[in-house]
Amino acid sequence: MNSAYAVPAVALVVVSTVLVGAFGLRISRTTSDFYVASRTVGPRLNAAAISGEYLSAASFLGIAGLVLVQGPDMLWYPVGYTAGYLVLLLFVAAPLRRSGAYTLPDFAEARLASQAVRRLAGAFVVGVGWLYLLPQLQGAGLTLTVLTGAPPWLGGLIVAVVVTAIVAAGGMRSITFVQAFQYWLKLTALLVPALFLVLAWQGDGAPRRAFDEPAAFREQRAVRVEDTLTLDLTAPLTVTADGTVDGRGHDGTRLRLSAGTHRIEAGTRLTFAPGTEVPEAGRQAGDTLSPSWAESGEDRPLYATYGLILATFLGTMGLPHVVVRFYTSPHGVAARRTTVAVLALVGAFYLLPPVYGALGRLYAPELALTGDADAAVLLLPDRLIGGAGGDLLGALVAGGAFAAFLSTASGLTMAVAGVLTQDVLPARGVRHFRLGTVLAMAVPLAASVLVGGLPAADAVGLAFAVSASSFCPLLVLGIWWRRLTPPGAAAGMLVGGGSALIAVAATMAGLPRGGVVHALLAWPALWSVPLAFLTMVLVSLATPGRVPAGTAAILARFHLPEELRTEVNT
Amino acid sequence: MSGFLAGLCVAVLPLLAAGFWLGRRTARPGSLAGLGSPVEHATFQTLHTASLAAPPLRAGLTEETARKAARTLRSLLGTDALCLTDTETVLVWDGAGAHHRDEIMERLTGPLHTGRGEAFPLACDRPGCAARWAVVAPLTVDDRVHGALVACAPRESAVLVRAAGEVARWVSVQLELADLDRSRTRLIEAEIKALRAQISPHFVYNSLAVIASFVRTDPERARELLLEFADFTRYSFRRHGDFTTLADELHAIDHYLALVRARFGERLAVTLQIAPEVLPVALPFLCLQPLVENAVKHGLEGTFGTCHIRITAQDTGAEALVVIEDDGAGMDPGLLRRILAGEESPSGGIGLSNVDDRLRQVYGDGHGLVIETAVGAGMKITIRLPKYQPGVHPAGRPGRA
Repeated sequence: MNSAYAVPAVALVVVSTVLVGAFGLRISRTTSDFYVASRTVGPRLNAAAISGEYLSAASFLGIAGLVLVQGPDMLWYPVGYTAGYLVLLLFVAAPLRRSGAYTLPDFAEARLASQAVRRLAGAFVVGVGWLYLLPQLQGAGLTLTVLTGAPPWLGGLIVAVVVTAIVAAGGMRSITFVQAFQYWLKLTALLVPALFLVLAWQGDGAPRRAFDEPAAFREQRAVRVEDTLTLDLTAPLTVTADGTVDGRGHDGTRLRLSAGTHRIEAGTRLTFAPGTEVPEAGRQAGDTLSPSWAESGEDRPLYATYGLILATFLGTMGLPHVVVRFYTSPHGVAARRTTVAVLALVGAFYLLPPVYGALGRLYAPELALTGDADAAVLLLPDRLIGGAGGDLLGALVAGGAFAAFLSTASGLTMAVAGVLTQDVLPARGVRHFRLGTVLAMAVPLAASVLVGGLPAADAVGLAFAVSASSFCPLLVLGIWWRRLTPPGAAAGMLVGGGSALIAVAATMAGLPRGGVVHALLAWPALWSVPLAFLTMVLVSLATPGRVPAGTAAILARFHLPEELRTEVNT
Repeated sequence: MSGFLAGLCVAVLPLLAAGFWLGRRTARPGSLAGLGSPVEHATFQTLHTASLAAPPLRAGLTEETARKAARTLRSLLGTDALCLTDTETVLVWDGAGAHHRDEIMERLTGPLHTGRGEAFPLACDRPGCAARWAVVAPLTVDDRVHGALVACAPRESAVLVRAAGEVARWVSVQLELADLDRSRTRLIEAEIKALRAQISPHFVYNSLAVIASFVRTDPERARELLLEFADFTRYSFRRHGDFTTLADELHAIDHYLALVRARFGERLAVTLQIAPEVLPVALPFLCLQPLVENAVKHGLEGTFGTCHIRITAQDTGAEALVVIEDDGAGMDPGLLRRILAGEESPSGGIGLSNVDDRLRQVYGDGHGLVIETAVGAGMKITIRLPKYQPGVHPAGRPGRA
């Protein structure tokens, strides 16, 4: 890949983000333009901002990678990411806006009048935020490695430094414009190359390969194995090997590997002849996980799919950086309209990554072998089109990818830093907000260096699972059930969210390898969400004396449209 | 294993943070054993127990506050049972012998009427019941009996009678403070209501005079100005809700400025820079308009040149930052300090200090006005408005969704 175009493109995205953020609203107006100057953010602009902040590295790179490796089953990811907004629209959007809460801890305090529940919600915001930041930083590292061959930690470091600097300096003054700009940038960065790629595919005679057949190399392709891996062959395979296979050194010799398990050492170069089927790779026990914890998913596809669906459908409403954007809507009805527009915008975007995944399965199948499937989106323009055109399109995609890291990471950092400053660090003030920002970014940065290659979409899936099992019950029961009590809410969040967090930690640590337990821990939402709801309901029913005073008035405010509220007050 | 460690970090850190906070909140002043003699130690212990019971009682005497305070009060007295009542029912019964509730209420009629303490034996046929003797000490606020503290013991004890009386007096003081808190809140509410009606009368005369001057020369303009005047007064005189949104307050400011500009024409230049994200922020009703009025007054005072006023509202995450700046005559900082402290009343209206008081009352002392000024150097007023504050909700707007 030619970095001569890509690096300036990435730099351009970073600089334009900073500029729009800092100067987007520095336009002063005189009083004659008063109505222009004080116009509230319309649903469509706000929706673009929400979408811009929401579409992260997982969406931009991860989904295509997953489709490439595992085929159409993975389409549940984009479906779930989109449908989460449907649940948000139906149950949460308008009442949440009418509650006047800016963050999730604010909501907990507004509804339950309890500082303890507020702090607990704050702790979960930090947990979900860090879990979600982790894949953003790793995605940035991967992107930069693919573009320039830089070490994997560098990209994450760059994003971390840029985002920390922007947020700590208060540079995201016109955050709505920045995020809306990022949405359109991301859409363009995927849409334009996708059009060219589809044309190139047509020009190539539109080859088809059904997803149920294994992918195959279309031309001679050399693959360098970065991490030691095992190949599980169901049929004999002929490759040219340069390195160590099954403990024996080879130097460009042609090998015929029989059916069975073979061990390929790191640094080995395998060259596949055209037409060879891409072998199934199992990652060797080590720091890195498999290209998705697909084994468990493949063992129990139904369980994994439902776990994913539940996590993404119910987790979206608890994402800290999404919730704060709803505050910008002037009233409940606008919040609802905004959500509808978000559904449309996000839905349109998610049509594109599967295209990359499908084309990647045709043209870059070896990515499934090397474990860099997330790079498919970046590599395809070069693969399919090549030349200066391919480089330019590749640069566009790379710019879009960085827009994804920057927008999501800055939104998350703001949310986490806000909670750290307000509820954790001792005193208030600007200096503490900066300290909070640094802390908010330092932890996931350290973790991203330590944890190593976790597939972006899976890591985000875990963040969704924790959010779904802590905030979803709080929001849904808080809005729709008048007998919720502070002890109930706290217990539900601790049991549901806590167990999901532990499952996530165990999965990231790679503790159980395979088996039922692994599946249960890797897709916790299916048991942790009902558990959280159940705990919240039971503990609330057991503490009827603790229903906050004024619950009826609060719920009336959540559910009555604003214009009716006036009449109630007068 | 590094993966495991990192995963563990990500998962455990938020929980650790929560635990740290909980620990800090519930921490008691550590071991006092090394501090002074046993007598002093006992004194510290008693004072600490008393301080734990104070915060709930400061909210007044209700079932919930009584429940929170009863346990600490009982450990303060060291009795087997303690009960707090208001004038009609038992609010809480902490400890043994809860079956005496009704009997106690019957026996209380006398002490609640006279306001004098009493001690009497309780008739009980249950073997082993610890509540055989009750000491009643009334709780009085401003010489009115609000309830009673009843301590029960297995046998008669002069010490308990004395101690219960003292504790009841201490509780009464807390309740008096609660009463004081309530009247202070009522006072502030009354002040807010007072400010609401306080558009300066001069402004009304001046506006009407200006409109009158346009009636012949430019009837269309006069009509527009009258509508602005109607809109502004409608906003100022509205009856419901103590809070409004920044968007509404800015619109009121716009109407106000339109009327002022009609009078001063080109001499007044206003620049606005408003981040749309902060327009839904709720804030106390009419708390920016007096500041703008102040800026206009200072800007045009003693000069015939143009006055520039700049209003900016920025989004800073969890807060909105509103700045109102003028390049007018400015003010002596010492005088301003005295005005804000309420030691000296300014020439016109109760503007600055009242806005400052209301902001502090609603958002806490960290959110008062920040004013930068000097004589001849203009004035810059900065306000930080939290986007969310418990209890702050803008009232809806009629006719607009």
